[in-house]
Amino acid sequence: MAIFSVYVVNKAGGLIYQLDSYAPRAEAEKTFSYPLDLLLKLHDERVLVAFGQRDGIRVGHAVLAINGMDVNGKYTADGKEVLEYLGNSANYPVSIRFGRPRLTSNEKLMLASMFHSLFAIGSQLSPEQGSSGIEMLETDTFKLHCFQTLTGIKFVVLADPRQAGIDSLLRKIYEIYSDFALKNPFYSLEMPIRFIAGALCLHTNPLLQET
Amino acid sequence: MTVHNLYLFDRNGVCLHYSEWHRKKQAGIPKEEEYKLMYGMLFSIRSFVSKMSPLDMKDGFLSFQTSRYKLHYYETPTGIKVVMNTDLGVGPIRDVLHHIYSALYVELVVKNPLCPLGQTVQSELFRSRLDSYIRSLPFFSARAG
Repeated sequence: MAIFSVYVVNKAGGLIYQLDSYAPRAEAEKTFSYPLDLLLKLHDERVLVAFGQRDGIRVGHAVLAINGMDVNGKYTADGKEVLEYLGNSANYPVSIRFGRPRLTSNEKLMLASMFHSLFAIGSQLSPEQGSSGIEMLETDTFKLHCFQTLTGIKFVVLADPRQAGIDSLLRKIYEIYSDFALKNPFYSLEMPIRFIAGALCLHTNPLLQET
Repeated sequence: MTVHNLYLFDRNGVCLHYSEWHRKKQAGIPKEEEYKLMYGMLFSIRSFVSKMSPLDMKDGFLSFQTSRYKLHYYETPTGIKVVMNTDLGVGPIRDVLHHIYSALYVELVVKNPLCPLGQTVQSELFRSRLDSYIRSLPFFSARAG
């Protein structure tokens, strides 16, 4: 998928709509024997690899599943603590799946607000007159495009760095937003868009598949 | 095509060097605060990017652009950050920023026993060499454009 996700941020910086459409991230599943040669640590309610990068398991990857069963934050599917379970040699050999942690909806909210502020700082630190905020942010794995409307709503799209035509996609998403959200008499402005999630999905998915 | 300004930060957020060539608008805050704001913004962008990225990153955040300028970023493994603001016509200049670090900062400041590290660079040699290097770049035009 060339488009990874779409975020719509209101003028106060709150996330009002979010859509993810990337394929599952790279994951590695391996069988380990006691003692574990990776150093794990608890961070933000997840168990992450702190040291011991090898074979596709990188620092920062989270424990996604143990013995085929998905872990629930820092607890296994049975309710035991992951770190305790992996510290006990009686449980070995064990098969653990590692991968990039998925963002929780809380984290998405925080990241959207963070971007809202960064957008404004980008405009303030400009060496030129009349600059807008951050319109395009480039990294080696993705490119973030942002379109801010005259009313302060930001449409943010994360895409593959080589993907073209995102500007017209952003305008199209704005058009869909104004047709389905703004023209809906039951929708309160600046509030999270839930009711039209279906309609928006339906319309953006063909767009995402075209691009 | 032109270069507006250049910042050099160390891993603790100390602004080691700042120079400007064509800057039309000041930030409206004292220079010290501007350096802190710039460093804070870059720190937040790095953290934002590492969380948002769908795949494991190698080089990390490279650049961002607004409607009027483009900010290019290069960070070394030791935490030295080279930040250059140019106008929109400039493409990827990671090698230029790397050259500023390796051939100018390391050679003239780090290897100089009289230059204390961790503070603003006072070396006049560094300042003048950096200035002449920037002016020699193909995308730098002497008239503000």
